[in-house]
Formats: sequence, C-alpha cells, structure tokens
Amino acid sequence: MNDKHNQLDWLISRVRKGAMSRREFLGRSTALGVSAGLAGALFGKVALAQEAKKGGTIKVGMQGGESTNSLDPALAASEVPFQVNMTWGEMLVDVHPDGTIDYRIAEEISSSPDAMEWKFKIRKGVEYHDGSTVTAEDVVATLKRHTDEKSQSGALGIVQGIADMKAEGDMVTLKLSSASADLPYLMADYHLIIQPGGGVDAPAAGIGAGPYKVVVNEPGVRHTFQKHANYFDSSIGHADEVEILVINDNTARTAALQSGQVHMINRVDPKIVELLKGVPGVSIKAVAGRGHYVFIMHCDKAPFDNNDMRMALKYAINRQEMVDKILGGLGSRGNDFPINAAYPLFDDTIEQRDYDAAKAKEYYDKAGHDGSPIILRTAPGAFPGAVDAANLFAASANAAGIPLQVKLEPDDGYWSNVWNVEPFCASYWGGRPVQDQMYSTAYLSTADWNDTKFKNAKFDELLLAARGELDAEKRKGEYSEMAHILRDEGGLILPMFNDFVSGVSDTIGGWVDDPNGELMNGRSQVKCWLA
Amino acid sequence: MHPVLKLVVQRLALGLILLLACSAVIFLGVEALPGDTAQAILGQSATPQALANLREKMGLDQPPLTRYFQWLGGVLTGDLGTALTNGADIATSIGQRLGNTLFLAACAAAISVPLAIILGLIAARHAGKWQDKLISGITLTTISLPEFVAGYFVIFLLTQDNWLTQGIGWLTGGSGRLLPVAMVFPGMGFWERVNAIILPVIVLVLVVLAHMMRMTRAAILNVMQSAYIETAELKGLSPMTVIWRHAFPNAIAPVVSVVMLNLAYLVVGVVVVEVVFGYNALGQYLVDHVTKRDLPVVQAVGLIFAAVYIGLNMLADVIGILANPRLRHPK
Repeated sequence: MNDKHNQLDWLISRVRKGAMSRREFLGRSTALGVSAGLAGALFGKVALAQEAKKGGTIKVGMQGGESTNSLDPALAASEVPFQVNMTWGEMLVDVHPDGTIDYRIAEEISSSPDAMEWKFKIRKGVEYHDGSTVTAEDVVATLKRHTDEKSQSGALGIVQGIADMKAEGDMVTLKLSSASADLPYLMADYHLIIQPGGGVDAPAAGIGAGPYKVVVNEPGVRHTFQKHANYFDSSIGHADEVEILVINDNTARTAALQSGQVHMINRVDPKIVELLKGVPGVSIKAVAGRGHYVFIMHCDKAPFDNNDMRMALKYAINRQEMVDKILGGLGSRGNDFPINAAYPLFDDTIEQRDYDAAKAKEYYDKAGHDGSPIILRTAPGAFPGAVDAANLFAASANAAGIPLQVKLEPDDGYWSNVWNVEPFCASYWGGRPVQDQMYSTAYLSTADWNDTKFKNAKFDELLLAARGELDAEKRKGEYSEMAHILRDEGGLILPMFNDFVSGVSDTIGGWVDDPNGELMNGRSQVKCWLA
Repeated sequence: MHPVLKLVVQRLALGLILLLACSAVIFLGVEALPGDTAQAILGQSATPQALANLREKMGLDQPPLTRYFQWLGGVLTGDLGTALTNGADIATSIGQRLGNTLFLAACAAAISVPLAIILGLIAARHAGKWQDKLISGITLTTISLPEFVAGYFVIFLLTQDNWLTQGIGWLTGGSGRLLPVAMVFPGMGFWERVNAIILPVIVLVLVVLAHMMRMTRAAILNVMQSAYIETAELKGLSPMTVIWRHAFPNAIAPVVSVVMLNLAYLVVGVVVVEVVFGYNALGQYLVDHVTKRDLPVVQAVGLIFAAVYIGLNMLADVIGILANPRLRHPK
C-alpha cells in the first residue's frame, strides 16, 4: 500500500513538471488501483498547478531536413521546414489538440448562413519581428501570393476556391466559389503563414509574427531562434532561445537525445522503442494521428479496373500483422478509407475489414484474372518499412492464391517514375485537419493528386454537398456514405495509420499529445518549457 | 627550362584537360539521372501545370548543350550560379561546407598519416615478429569495419553512460561523454571545433590507417632487399637508422601516392561518416542536391571533387619525381 502511495506521488510529481500526459497518467494511476474518475479529477487538479518555467534554450533534433530547404512558407514540404516555420511564423488560425480552432492572428470568425462568405477579424497590435504591425492587407496579400501559380505553393489547392478577397479596416472578407463549412480549418494550413506585404518581395526572409525570430538559417544543418519580445501571446514561447538541429541519421538522433545534446527528437524508429523505454531520463510519446501508409491501385488500369480484383487484394492484406510488425504496435488498423477517429465527424460504426483468405480467393476467382503475376512496386523511401510491408502483403496474398509479386524500386526518382505512374505501388499520406480536405485532395474525380484515379460521380456529389452543409449530423451521414463508397469501390488499400513517435527528455515540461501533426503539430519547441 | 619544371607544367596542363573531360562526364551523368529537378522538387505533390511552371522558371526547357556551355562559362568566371531548389548562392554555400570538409580531412590526416608511417616503420623493423603481427592485425580489423559500423561503435562507446566514459570522466573530472552530433558553426573557436569533431576523426583514422601503414611496410621491406642496405647493416648502423636514413627515402614515392589517395578519400568519400555524425560538410550537401536533381549544385560539387582528386594525384606524382634522384637528374 505504502509502495503504491509512493508511486502515485511520483506520478503526480511528473504531471506537475508537465512531463506526463493525461492519457499516460490515467493509464498508470488506474493500474495502481485508483478509479478512473478519481484519476481524471486528480490529473486536472495537478495539471492546473503546473507552471511554465521561462528561459533557457530548447533544442530539438529532427529528421526531415535537407540543405535544399528554404524559409519560404509556400515551399515547405518536409518536417524540418514545417517545424521551423511554426517557430517564426503565425497563421490566421491553428488547430488545438482537441480539434477546435485556435485563434491566432484572426480573433473572430463568422460566416454567412450558406457558408459562401467568411469574415476574419484581425487581432489588434500583433507585431512582426521587424517592428511593423500585422494588417488585414497583409493577410489578403499573403493569400493572393499563394493563389498565384508561380509561387508553387503547397496550399494552392486550398486557396484556389477563394473567388474574391477584400480587406477593410481590421476585417478580411473571403468570398468562395463554392460553399465550404470547413474554411477556418483550411486557413490553418501550415503554408499560410502571414507575412509582411504577403511576402511578395522577399518570400524567404523569415520575417513573421510568430513567437521566435530567426537568428541562424543553415538549411539541412541547424536553425536557431531568439524570443520575439513583443509576441502577442504570453501563454506560449517560454524558452529564451530555440535550436533545431537536423540529424537525419536515426542512431545519431537517438544518441543525441540520450546524451542530452537535444531535448526532443522526432521519428523514433519503432524497432528501438522498447529499448529506449528503459533509458532513464527519456520518455517515448506515441501519438495517434491521421497519417497513413497505403498501397494504391489505379482504378483505370488493368487488372485493377475490375472492382472484384480490388476487393480481392483488400481482403488479402493482414492489417493487424502490419501494425504489429511494421509499426511495432504503434499505430492502428486502416479500413481502406483515409479517415480515422482523429477526424471530426468520423463514423466509428463502419465495419473493420480484416484478412480473409477465403473471401479474397472468392473475389479473385470472380475477377477472372489470367493468373499472370500482379506487380506491386515499393521502395525503402515510400514509407518507413515499405519494403517489409510489401513482402508481408505478398505472403498473405499468395496464401490466398493471388499471385502478388513485389518489385523493388530505387528511392531515387520514386516519386517521379513510380508513384502516380505505375498502376500499383506503395505510398503514404500525412492526413489533413478535416475530412473535406483529405477527400478533396486525393479522391475527388478532378483532384490534382488523385493517385488512385478514382472517379465516382456519387462520391463527388456527396463531397460537394457535405462541404456546404452546416448541420453536423447530416454532414456526418454524408461523410459516412462516402467512406463506404471508397472502402468498397476505391483503389486505396489502407492497412495502417501510423502514430507519431517522438522521444522527449524528462527536463521538458508542457508536452501535450497532439494528433494534428508530429511534435505537437510543429509547436513543441514553442509550447514546452525546460522544467 | 629545367626538366623538372617542364614535367610539372606538363602534369598541370594534363590535369586541366582531365578536369574539362570530367566536367563533361559529370554533366552527362547528371543528365542521365531519371526524372528532372522540377519533378524531384515537387515530389508527390507534382501537377502538370506546376511542373511546367517550374521548368520554365528554372530554364530546364533549354537544350542540354546550351546549358552545359552556359554553366562552363560561369565556372570559368567564378560564378557557380544559384541553387535551383532554394535560390541560395552556390559559391557561398559551398565555401563554408568545403571549409568544414577540409577541416575534418586535415585533422584526420594530421593524426593518421604520421601514425601510419611510424607504425609502418615499426612493423618493417620487426617484420614477421609479434609487433608486426599486432599492428597489422589491429589495423586490418579496423579497415574491415564499414565506416558506419565503426561510427556506431564509437557513438556507443564514447557518448553513452558506460564503464569507459565513467573511467574517462574519473580521469578528466568531467562527464567523460562526448557529444554524438558533430556539427560546427561559424563563430566557433578552433578548439571548440576540434572538440566537436573528435568522434568522426577517430572513425576516419581507423578507416584509413591500414592502407597507408601496409604500403609503408611493404615499400620499406622491398627496399630492404637491396645490396646497399646490406652494406649499411654491415657498417654496423642500428636497424632503425638503416630504415629511417637509407630505406625510407627510397620508399617515399609509393608511400606518398597511397597517402594522397587516402587524403583524396578523406575529402571526397566521407559522406557516410558525415551522415552518421550529422557533420555539415560537402558530402551531405551533395547527396541532398542529387536527390532533388539540383543540377548546378551537383555539377559544381562534382567538379570540386574531381579537382581535389586530380590535384592530389598530381602532387603525388611531383613529390615522387622530386624524391627520386634518377628522375630529378635525368641524363
């Protein structure tokens, strides 16, 4: 009994330091025999008492940076530029870990009843690093820059739907070409950082309204930052300085965390998670997110133009085995549509599809395939463990009598020569904040990134209807119907959703599990503190 | 013209022609890579419209021959252009990275070259005895380890909390643990930099030691068969004096050429070590730009590597000539 008391005290002290999440606390305290209700109340009380400490330098070691990176937010495509931009930049809005809107530069948002016209009220007195003030004109200029094809913005698809934008005083008005109930979420896209004058003259200057100023920008090596003294929000930005080191090698990154050279690392290799758990002073944060690993079939090319063949392959993959072996248990099974519980309006009653050799065989025979090998292309860089996953898939498919064969491709040139070119290959998606955006990006008939060549009129119709639907229940129903269509007719085989796995030193306080993105959606260095 | 000077000028001219040929080969090689820059940059997010825009902006719609001569003209006037991917000035970025590469290579060479030669001399002196076998055994073991394995070994031994680092910490009064990530920045002092790169230097020394040591040993043993060595021994000179004063000068040429090969490797071939220790030098920079099909950068770095290789080999030739009286004074 006494021992349990000590353990509970220890857990409470960890929460006080901000070193333990609610989920972890509940799990461990209930394991000690504390009732769940009491544990929840206890956590709330203790967590409130934890106080952010100011000062010091937070150091983050990250994979996903190259010497080719730029500070231009339009061009951000990998993890380090994302994290870097979240340090110096500020958007109109962000998304809280619980999925609600986090008002940043916009302090109020309202829409017309038909969701065609949106008004954003710009917060007063938000200051850029160069001392000038954020205006409604800057916001419009920023959005305009991303609308321009020449900016090569990753957010082009998002801002394209804005027909007209206007700045008046502290109000920005956006008129859409078709209704969208999710517009605030779209404005939380990480490319849409508000820049002085829209960043038209100097897109890569790194001047923004975020909590830290850029001091050193050495792409592919390190990025250092200093606190922006006039930052508008005193509840975040605790450290005096932030350092992001690019350490692409897994072993070096892990060793850097263990030796205290950095406080946090991203992308912990699932294979070593169990080993790292035993290391004192370090904890592993596995956070369920929206990212997923996929095998994609082109619905318009033989033999995948036959839905029976697609269904055969969907039944021929062993999802639980993938989660266990490829993700080391740090993830969840997919159900052949790209949405999971991390999304608002998710329908959790849709039946989970699992490995069924008999059904796979049945569909395969119905498809009347000539028996020639079905080639699945993969590469080590398609997603972590993509080669092993493809081999597991082939083994379970062969057991069901389907002649699936793996062809290994080089990483180099994979995204230009294989993905979107070959009819069947491995790939990944990072997920989007809302269902509409995920579906519009890759499953609408006319989507630029429709990498399964999925064209379904009913699906498109539902997507457009749901987009303008402000009634949540109706919307949920429409999304559920779409999920069913994609699951039973689409070219997507989605065996698993992967967790974001990060390593965090015990000297870090304020960690919160955030399903929106890796390392607290790019803000760990801004929201955490050195305890 | 003095024959040696003539020889050197000849070598220099040959080197330049070779370099020009290299530039053409590099350009062709880069052209032959699958996919182009625009596609590599946009990656999974490529759309036909975005691709066309990007190609036009980067001048990739020009014919290859035009681009080759434009580039060559730029190089001759010291203008390496800007990186296609992030618009950074290539000469500036390379300057800093090249400095880091040369610093690491110089530190590794400053330890490994004298060490290899001394060990080679000792091994030759005691050829066939336990000293020789011990030295050969150890160096052959270290060269047989792939660089990344050696790298992970040192990380494991010297950065984690174990008996070795505890021992070192007890001796030095610190924690005894080194930092696994060896990044250097502008503004760091000389000793700070040296301290940061201890781990990669250890790995590189382990990797290059054996080759130079074995060559020194073999070259000296070869010379030791000569009649004049026998004379020196009969004169009563001590074995170490015989080796150092009489055998070694005649064995310099082959040793120097092997040393230069290893120096060239230290400059152009250490990308794996750079990656393992996160060291920000030229190799990693090159790999990043190859994957993004950033042709101007790849060509510029390729050319620098070729120049280093050709230059060091030329230097080995010249030293070989100067060290050999028969070549120095041709009849």
